[in-house]
Amino acid sequence: MKVLKYIIIVLMILNPNLSIAQSENLQNKITKNLRCLICQGQSVYDSDSQFANSLKVLVEQKLSDGLSEKQIYNYLKDRYGEWILYDTEFNKNTYFLWLLPILMFIIGGAIIFKLFILKKN
Amino acid sequence: MKTKISFLLLFTFFLIVFLTFYLGLQKSNIYKPSLKIEKDIPIYKVRTLESSNRINSEEVFKDNRFYLLNIWASWCLPCRDEHEFLIDLSKQKNFEIIGLNYKDNINNAKKFLKELDSPYKLVFLDKDGTVAIEWGAYGVPENFLIYNKKIIKKIIGPIDQVSFLEIKKIIQ
Repeated sequence: MKVLKYIIIVLMILNPNLSIAQSENLQNKITKNLRCLICQGQSVYDSDSQFANSLKVLVEQKLSDGLSEKQIYNYLKDRYGEWILYDTEFNKNTYFLWLLPILMFIIGGAIIFKLFILKKN
Repeated sequence: MKTKISFLLLFTFFLIVFLTFYLGLQKSNIYKPSLKIEKDIPIYKVRTLESSNRINSEEVFKDNRFYLLNIWASWCLPCRDEHEFLIDLSKQKNFEIIGLNYKDNINNAKKFLKELDSPYKLVFLDKDGTVAIEWGAYGVPENFLIYNKKIIKKIIGPIDQVSFLEIKKIIQ
């Protein structure tokens, strides 16, 4: 019985379907991070518009061409601007956006430290 | 004294937050693509309506003249409206119109051109919409004015009287 279990595990690891599933996951991950530019408030993954459907096909093609996630983002950014990405990159326009939560966390921690821990001593 | 200062600080903090959100509300969040860009034309291999061979897109735009890339489809109604402008433009000197047939049935596309006359020197085929993305297009109809292998003007939506005159002025 134990041997059978191991055989099944080995078979599952070597299963070629697994890699297909992985690339599909990556495709979904990428299209979920792309804004459908002609429909409001929807990602390319969610949308069924002509534009979104073309983009889905394109992402699939680029992935099978061997492009990485980042290369695909750069490719699309070059054509449509940064607006197409939901997950904005860290640059001079967005540093405040990225740093604000950390800043608030630090300030909040400092306040708590001052109020409760220093007072206790 | 101390409560007064903290009250003032709190007040200014809320004022800033309020103003930020209030101003943010005023700002339109609708995406407007940038129209004035000088970008190199994309290079890719593409099938055409005229022959079954794949051709290199760069060779089509190599001459020293103005080109208009028009994205169209037979199912697209605004494309019919702009068609007469395209026919008119195709008679201009030193100017060529290249079509990009977007997600269309080939037979319907051929019928469309037979019915309304073809202004195109060449028609690229784009069955799945990926070639249009190479150009950074959003949908049909859309027009790109090209000179010296660079996109010098982009018209999103059909060509109307205003953009028609604008194009005419540029190419003369």
